[in-house]
Amino acid sequence: MDLQLDSFEGLAMPLFDQLYNFAHWLTQNREEAEDLVQETYAKALKGFSSFELGTNFRAWMYRILRNTFLTSRKGLKITMTVPLDLEDEEGFDLAVEHATPETVLLARSSHELVQSALDELPLHYREILLLSEVEEMSYREISEALVVPIGTVMSRLSRARQTLRSRLRPHLQQGAGTLAIAKGTNHGL
Amino acid sequence: MVCEELEAKLDSYVDGEVPEQEMRTFDAHMRSCPSCSADALSRVQMKSAIHGAGKRYTPSAEFRKRMQQKIAAKPRRSFGLGWTFAAAAAAIIVIGALTSAYLGTRSGKDQVFSEIADLHVATLASSSPVDVISTDRHTVKPWFQGKIPFAFNLPELQNSEFSLLGGRMTYLEQTPGAHLIYDVRKHHISVFVFQERSLQARLDENPISPKQLPFTLETWTQGGLRYFVIGDASAADIDNLAKLFKAAV
Repeated sequence: MDLQLDSFEGLAMPLFDQLYNFAHWLTQNREEAEDLVQETYAKALKGFSSFELGTNFRAWMYRILRNTFLTSRKGLKITMTVPLDLEDEEGFDLAVEHATPETVLLARSSHELVQSALDELPLHYREILLLSEVEEMSYREISEALVVPIGTVMSRLSRARQTLRSRLRPHLQQGAGTLAIAKGTNHGL
Repeated sequence: MVCEELEAKLDSYVDGEVPEQEMRTFDAHMRSCPSCSADALSRVQMKSAIHGAGKRYTPSAEFRKRMQQKIAAKPRRSFGLGWTFAAAAAAIIVIGALTSAYLGTRSGKDQVFSEIADLHVATLASSSPVDVISTDRHTVKPWFQGKIPFAFNLPELQNSEFSLLGGRMTYLEQTPGAHLIYDVRKHHISVFVFQERSLQARLDENPISPKQLPFTLETWTQGGLRYFVIGDASAADIDNLAKLFKAAV
């Protein structure tokens, strides 16, 4: 819907908080996050006249932010150290890992635990989880922000969730037996 | 069978990314299958945990202020569509000037139609045509509560070619009313709703298309409310939208 288009400020400022949060997650540093957001807004403002009507402004802003990060010194360092064959995404089998009691515990676990697990995830997984769960973007929007096909969004997201779950599991074993509402434990009820 | 199908699409299901029909099948299955519902539950909880944990950083007030100063007061951008509307508005002014000889003699009824056409064009030429932006009638309708002295129903648009873009408050003859904007095949159609008794001009009951206006317009009264449907879409489209409104009352 293009009727809402007004000024760059009117469109971009409402995204400020969420873009900053995303930038901080990527850079893991306040100063660098501020620089990244600042550069993103400068680039977006400069390129605003080429922003295509009818396309998603939010996804466009995230795309600029992410590209800016990936070409920064820190971003380049990360992409250079991540093996290129990290994922064979198109061929990735969307196998489902059955729910276990410990995943049920996630909602009750501390934010810190999930936050540190997210911090330790590879960049590709961390960013797609943030876009999907925190920004609540649709697959289409994520595909626009990350410039990847929707099939890749689905496979990468699924893999990111499995990785996060498996990394959280050891921390949650302790309380696993206390909740018995997950799969396989409720048949006798 | 459904269990297997669902397993492969569980992530898409909890993300609300499967087609509506399939969603309903899965929803029904969830109610009767404890195993799949536990699976889905754990995934929803995982999403929720990340949602909470992911909102971690907030920009400082000082940084926000700095950014605002940097991008504030930049010249507003002219959009292609804005130009189209501006051109349409300019065309109306020219047409208005050319037909001004008529205007001196035209009836109060024609003046109302002209005013409605002006409201339609001026709104679309505006950089922010709608104050409530939503395609959902259940969002738009309540927005008018307390702003206009009457209530009205918006039609269900499913299986129709129309889509709701949003709404705003408007005034005709100093009386407040609702202005809704719809889209059909790239044409914008305005629907105005006022209280009949507040309008001074006596209008016909039957749909009419004033010849001096470059728009198709339909108007009728129903339940004490006066409706106007106007736009540059085909007369058939205008009539179809009018029918939807008549059926919604």
